[in-house]
Amino acid sequence: MVAVRLNEQSGTKRKNTFINRFWLPKLIVLWILFVVFVNGIIYTRMDAGNKERWKDVLVSMCDQRARMLQDQFSVSVNHVHALAILVSTFHHYKNPSAIDQETFAEYTKKTAFERPLLSGVAYAQRVVNSERQEFERQHEWTIRTMERQTSPTRDEYAPVIFSQETVSYIESLDMMSGEEDRENILRARTTGKAVLTSPFRLLGSQHLGVVLTFPVYKSKLSENPTEEERIQATAGYLGGAFDVESLVENLLGQLAGNHEIVVNVYDITNSSDPLVMYGHQYQDGDMSLKRVNMLDFGDPFRKHQMICRYLQKAPTSWTAITTVVLFFVIGFLVGYMMYTTLIHIVEVEEDRDKMEQLKVQAEAADVAKSQFLAIVSHEIRTPMNGILGMLALLLDTELSSTQKDYAQTAQACGKALITIINEVLDRAKIEARKLELETVPFNLRSILDDVLSLFSEKSRHRGVELALFVSDKVPEIVMGDPGRFRQVITNLVGNSVKFTERGHIFVQVHLAELAKAVMDAKPETCLNGASEGIVRSGGCQFKTLSGSEAADDRNSWDTFKRLIAEEEFRYNTSNRVMNTDEASQDVTLMVCVEDTGIGIPLHAQEGVFTPFMQADSSTSRTYGGTGIGLSISKCLVELMGGQINFISRPQVGSTFSFTAVFRKCEKDAVGDLKKSLSDVLPTSFKGFKAILVDGKPVRAAVTTYHLKRLGLLVEAVSSMRMVVAVNGKNGSIRIKNVRQPDMILVEKDSWISGEDGGLSIRLLDWKQNGQTLKLPKLILLATNITGAEFDKAKAAGFAETVIMKPLRASMVAACLQQVLGVGRKPQQGKDVLNGSAFLRSLLCGKKILVVDDNLVNRRVAAGALKKFGADVECADSGKAALSLLQLPHNFDACFMDIQMPEMDGFEATRHIRMMESTANEQMNGGCTIEGTARKAKWHVPVLAMTADVIHATYDECLKCGMDGYVSKPFEEENLYQAVSKFFESKTISDS
Amino acid sequence: MLGLGAERLRADMNRLLALLFHQGVLDEQFLQLQQLQDATSPNFVSEVVNIYFNESEKLLRNLRGLLLDREFSDYKKMGIHLNQFMGSSSSIGAKRVRNVCVAFRAASEQNNRPGCLRGLELLEHEYCYLKNKLHELFHLEQQRLLAAGVRYPMQN
Repeated sequence: MVAVRLNEQSGTKRKNTFINRFWLPKLIVLWILFVVFVNGIIYTRMDAGNKERWKDVLVSMCDQRARMLQDQFSVSVNHVHALAILVSTFHHYKNPSAIDQETFAEYTKKTAFERPLLSGVAYAQRVVNSERQEFERQHEWTIRTMERQTSPTRDEYAPVIFSQETVSYIESLDMMSGEEDRENILRARTTGKAVLTSPFRLLGSQHLGVVLTFPVYKSKLSENPTEEERIQATAGYLGGAFDVESLVENLLGQLAGNHEIVVNVYDITNSSDPLVMYGHQYQDGDMSLKRVNMLDFGDPFRKHQMICRYLQKAPTSWTAITTVVLFFVIGFLVGYMMYTTLIHIVEVEEDRDKMEQLKVQAEAADVAKSQFLAIVSHEIRTPMNGILGMLALLLDTELSSTQKDYAQTAQACGKALITIINEVLDRAKIEARKLELETVPFNLRSILDDVLSLFSEKSRHRGVELALFVSDKVPEIVMGDPGRFRQVITNLVGNSVKFTERGHIFVQVHLAELAKAVMDAKPETCLNGASEGIVRSGGCQFKTLSGSEAADDRNSWDTFKRLIAEEEFRYNTSNRVMNTDEASQDVTLMVCVEDTGIGIPLHAQEGVFTPFMQADSSTSRTYGGTGIGLSISKCLVELMGGQINFISRPQVGSTFSFTAVFRKCEKDAVGDLKKSLSDVLPTSFKGFKAILVDGKPVRAAVTTYHLKRLGLLVEAVSSMRMVVAVNGKNGSIRIKNVRQPDMILVEKDSWISGEDGGLSIRLLDWKQNGQTLKLPKLILLATNITGAEFDKAKAAGFAETVIMKPLRASMVAACLQQVLGVGRKPQQGKDVLNGSAFLRSLLCGKKILVVDDNLVNRRVAAGALKKFGADVECADSGKAALSLLQLPHNFDACFMDIQMPEMDGFEATRHIRMMESTANEQMNGGCTIEGTARKAKWHVPVLAMTADVIHATYDECLKCGMDGYVSKPFEEENLYQAVSKFFESKTISDS
Repeated sequence: MLGLGAERLRADMNRLLALLFHQGVLDEQFLQLQQLQDATSPNFVSEVVNIYFNESEKLLRNLRGLLLDREFSDYKKMGIHLNQFMGSSSSIGAKRVRNVCVAFRAASEQNNRPGCLRGLELLEHEYCYLKNKLHELFHLEQQRLLAAGVRYPMQN
């Protein structure tokens, strides 16, 4: 269930988490795309900036060139203009001319620097056809065309008369013969301004160039002359050749960064067909970026432009690229990191889910394991009981010794197995929290007695002394779980017995608060006892139970004495405290189990209470066992509201002590319970006096405790000699008032130690002296005894019975009964005889009906009654009894069991009484005269029988019309009382 | 076995009885039961005890049947059985069995199933033990009677 629920939970959780294996790669791809996008933006931004700068540089360079070119050009034009004025002034206005070829050449040569763009200038005179002969004659050459032929006849000519040296080859050439020049001349003379040709191949150099033409007028012109006037006034033309190609080359060559850019100059007068003035039409360069500058060369008819381009493509911007790459790398790394992190998170989450599932499974498995163990153990146990029972039955049959041996071995193994199973079951139950403690009243002492008697044989066999001491202040009946208490004790004592080869095992029970108080006071004793301790260790004797050293020296005689004394003291002086204590309903007991075994190795002491942990594996090999007991004990003790701990010294012994909280029994219930629960100790020893001889005070205290339970007055002495001394005195003086001891109990050790002679002799003395008083009986107390010792003891005057340790009140009682039997029988026997004789007289010949559904009880009751001479009939149910008890009565009395199926005792009695009363009424109605006398004629005495004293209260019995009750099983005294009361009253009434 | 054993057998019996008393298996009631045995009813004790065994086995069977029933809730019936068991046990003086019965009954009154189960186990165990020991005792007694019955012509 739990697992399923958790699964659901984790399922919903998984749905909620956005990050999972499915989404993660997509996320990462998205991230990388994002990074690329951002990088692209960054790159374009940076690149745009670069381009802008690149363009700016181009623009500025281009502007610079254009300006310079234009400046130079206009300077040249101006100068040509000046030359034109010079020619008109000195050639035409003067007569004769002040200029000839030589002057012109000289002048122009010297002023060439003023016209950096012009390769040369020349002056052509306007000659109309009519003046040609005159002109040719005057100059002594003929006018030639450009092709250096004699010029054909035309309307007018423009032969060059002056020329700069650089272009002297055009002298006498008719400028009008050239297409471009002619056009130029015509346009110049109409406009009166400088005009330019479109670029063409120049004569001579064959370079691309343009020709600049200025008109020269022979007369002064009016303001705003018409075209016609201009044409008329024209005297000649001054022309200059711009060798654009070479000159611009020179000019631009002076500028910085010349080889970075490509400069083209176009004539775009005809805009659909730009003509190259400079530069190569098909020169490659960066076609993507260009700068166009308009050039004004002073001729409004012509339009020029300059186009600049970079020679190379704009260099790729490495900073941008590196930045972008860096950014990309960073972005990628970040993405990668995120990816790995998320993957890790996802993995961890998956792992956690897995772990959680496993955990739930494991827990379920654990619970299941415990349940399984519990069930299986129980299931095993059931057949095991059968096996053990059958083995036990088998052992009862006639078997050969081998068979018996086999069967016994099987039984022993079976018992061991069932013990282990029980332990495992308990452990499993505790783990599964299924163990519930009962709260029933029980007798602590008898349980302890039982437990110790379980181990008595084993301990006796080993010669280990097993002793029990329960403080007087411990209540007799407490409420608790006797089974579990018993289990803990059994476990501890069992362990002790298992691991103890010599010395003693001593179980003590005290009230926890008293024990604690004394234990707390221990440091003092320790200090006081320090010097004593040294002496003691020298003497190799310890004041413990058996004289062996114990792990916890708190249990030595010093403390023990204090404890007892303290208890006495407290009890006597502070009764009130105890009373308030009683009101608290709870009683905390402290139980110590002390042994002188092998102890627990120091390194193993921590794990003692862990299940399946024995000190080490070698221990379990030597001693066996599962090691589960102590852990169960711990759990149980904790369930009982106490705690368990221990002190252990290797090779010295261990002392386990635990506390447990019990409820006190209600006062009124105690009385009833005592009868049913407490082992009924014979009270017949009350007042007997005993002397105990024991050298060891602790042991003496233990023995005294047991004897006191029987009501004996005990005087403990430490040696035989002292007994002799005390008794000897008494014996000789024989003061009547001083009571002789009825018995002398002698510890075997004290007897063996060789001081017996005196006593036995003394006793013999007494015997010989014929003292009238009965001699005290000599009784030996021993843990184990050999045949030889036994014989010796017998010889020394000891009684035949040896009281074997461990002591147990009922057993001691039995032994004493046996020993003292002779002296006791007469007086007790007399009582009994009186009683039984009386009973016999009462019951003899009486017809008695015994009604009980329980065959055994019926049989026993019948047997008992028959013994007293009664004539007994039996009935097994209330109905049967009714049928037998029909009027008139045949029976003198009826013993009726109360608890019967179908019709119980009460009901049966009611029926009987009803029957009787109707009969009586009838009879009384019939004869009223006699009525008074015979009123109670029909009344059969009915006595209730019950095993249950608590339930069957006397009142209830009376209410139903019963005459009394006898508790089952019949006790003579009880029977006697009931029967006598009834029969006596009857006899009286009869009489 | 030859008559001389009679004394030893008696001692054995006494020892066994003492052990049983010592362990609290039996109490004085058993002695009283023995006292009821006389010439008129020589086998009284064994007779009663055999009846007891028969009855008890029946009761135990019933108890086990009741307890092992899954839907078990009839504590009342169990209480009746236990009362019977207790009564008969105290009649023959089987003290430990009786004490276990008391605890068992307490558990059944509290409707404490685990307690009941444990009680039953304990009861069976104690019962088995008692049965074994009593069988042993009767066996000894029979042998003793046999041994006591042996008479040697020489002695006569």
